Amino acid sequence: MFKQLAIAAATSLALSGGAVLAAGGEGHIEDFDFSFEGPFGTYDQNQLQRGLKIYTEVCAGCHGLKQVPLRTLSSEDGLGLPEDQMRAYAETYEVFDAELDDYRPARPTDHFPANTGVGAPDLSLMAKARAGFHGPYGTGINQFLKGIGGPEYIASLLLGYTGEEKTEAGVTLYENTAFPGGWISMAPPLYGEDVDFDDGHDNDLHHEAMDVAAFLMWAAEPKMMARKEAGFTAVLFLTVLSVLLYVTNKRIWAPLKGKKTP
Amino acid sequence: MAGIPHDHYEPKTSGEKWLHRRLPIVGILYDTIMIPTPKNLNWMWIWGIVLTFCLALQIVTGIVLVMHYTPDTNLAFASVEHIMRNVNGGFMIRYLHANGASLFFVAVYLHIFRGLYYGSYKEPREVTWIIGILIYLLMMGTAFMGYVLPWGQMSFWGATVITGLFGAIPLIGEPIQTWLLGGPAVDNYTLTRFFSLHYLMPFIIAALVVVHIWAFHTTGNNNPTGVEVRRGSKAEAQKDTVPFWPYYVIKDLFALAVILAVFFAIVGFMPNYLGHPDNYIEANPLVTPTHIVPEWYFLPFYAILRAFTSEVWVVQIASFITGGIIDAKFFGVLAMFGAIAVMALAPWLDTSAVRSGRYRPMFKAWFALLCVDFMVLMWLGAMPAEEPYASFSLIASAYWFGYFLVILPLLGVIEKPLPQPETIEADFAAHKAKTGGSKTLVEPAE
Repeated sequence: MFKQLAIAAATSLALSGGAVLAAGGEGHIEDFDFSFEGPFGTYDQNQLQRGLKIYTEVCAGCHGLKQVPLRTLSSEDGLGLPEDQMRAYAETYEVFDAELDDYRPARPTDHFPANTGVGAPDLSLMAKARAGFHGPYGTGINQFLKGIGGPEYIASLLLGYTGEEKTEAGVTLYENTAFPGGWISMAPPLYGEDVDFDDGHDNDLHHEAMDVAAFLMWAAEPKMMARKEAGFTAVLFLTVLSVLLYVTNKRIWAPLKGKKTP
Repeated sequence: MAGIPHDHYEPKTSGEKWLHRRLPIVGILYDTIMIPTPKNLNWMWIWGIVLTFCLALQIVTGIVLVMHYTPDTNLAFASVEHIMRNVNGGFMIRYLHANGASLFFVAVYLHIFRGLYYGSYKEPREVTWIIGILIYLLMMGTAFMGYVLPWGQMSFWGATVITGLFGAIPLIGEPIQTWLLGGPAVDNYTLTRFFSLHYLMPFIIAALVVVHIWAFHTTGNNNPTGVEVRRGSKAEAQKDTVPFWPYYVIKDLFALAVILAVFFAIVGFMPNYLGHPDNYIEANPLVTPTHIVPEWYFLPFYAILRAFTSEVWVVQIASFITGGIIDAKFFGVLAMFGAIAVMALAPWLDTSAVRSGRYRPMFKAWFALLCVDFMVLMWLGAMPAEEPYASFSLIASAYWFGYFLVILPLLGVIEKPLPQPETIEADFAAHKAKTGGSKTLVEPAE
């Protein structure tokens, strides 16, 4: 009995220690509600288009999206830009053509350009390359309920600047409540009202952060809606198949178990 | 097949006779599918079908992925994104393959622990057990190499850490590591050979699966009572068994359909849950991730590997006796492979005459603790290598070895087993059947 108590005490002590550690090492991630969460969640086309505008006017200054083909901006499962708009958007980028040995305007088949100018990471997969939630006790089980938290991480990071700065070895670092370690080398990219939307949609910092996070989720997982549909169809068919096989199995075994055949 | 007496295939038409004289393939298939199977098997006997399905799923999805994947360090990561974005249904194929590996390991662990509880490893099924362990080892190798192929950060650093283990072997370690990698460090030559082997090994697994099935079709299946099927005559055997088709084929397919419904829910709705976010960052030899964590199915053994640091007295003694040849790193490697080796030796370490854990009261408690131990080790494997996790890992690792090396041999001597049913028929009547059932286990059925 004493042994069990001791183990229980030691375990709870260790677990609480883990929680403290997690709180110290990882930044604080807010669990935002996005339209694409849950088994039936879908992308909000307007939000993705606003996110593209923010990405283009702000993020693209330092970051690239090199894995994302420009033509996918027309995908109905994503932004759903009309063909002509997508082509016009593509032409705003210059890409290097090895055959021409020169730069030319980008075509729909090209990708968003990479951007390695200041060493900023590529954002193509950023929404899948970060986890917002890790607990409880590092097991990651709460991701079952909240999702992995990539877009939440991005939005929290954009909202997490405290305004404090420090210089370390000639590099300016900015305090950020979402960034692991608390100090990030990226200057605050958004302050609110950085971008004006044609439809006059809210452009305060909170809305901008959410919109660009949603856009980056789409950039990382453009086939999300098709995937959920395939998953749903498969689960539906397998459930029906399970019921049929259950009944078949019952019937086959009934004589052996001395039950009446249904 | 030898073993339980049953009806064999008789060619009837002239065409069947013609073929049977030249190649008795129909007869082999018939005997395999109609094999007499104990009629009291419970739901823990479904994992074999699930595993067979997993192997087929991985091979089929894998072959399609290979059509679009490029094994080159400059192109691999982008080619995976090409599959995800441009290939028709590519995202589904890749997510099925990645999560299929997880389903494969869920099934294999449940399959192994079922064997451990019901004594499936005991005489006369030792060969089945050993082949099973070999399949499991090959699965781990295949999964490890497959995880390197997308060339993400965890691919690269996982490969660096795991191949580094071989470097810990004294004298021959470094040549072995270089041989595995194809060069001094993880690079393009590593990726290409891992790709080649990742394609090859599933076919070796498939061959071993055939031998695995052949072995237990020779001895007959174990069952929850551990009591053997009576083999005196065909009539006697028929009281204990049913033919595999249709009884177990339909039952197993039902179980498979339910499991696949859950599996497709994960693939459809949360396909990245079991992966590591860092693997969506392209491999970069200059940036080491803060925590290098293997996939979940390696975590228990990874925890054992890390548990034996130079502060542990067992390690210090080993180091002292061998004059430093066995250092902490090598000890950890030995412990990790040893943890699987002791499991492989279970048939000879378990001294109990009773096969099934159902009739072993003390064994039940220790076995339950082993299951908890396995889960705890899995959790610890994902934790950083610091206190208190280091001490916990040591305790949990000690129990893993203690179970196989001390508890299993001792229990056979000190434990007083419960009475077992005399026949499978009696057990079936007592547990499954509505009529003629009786709660007394030892009551003869006749």
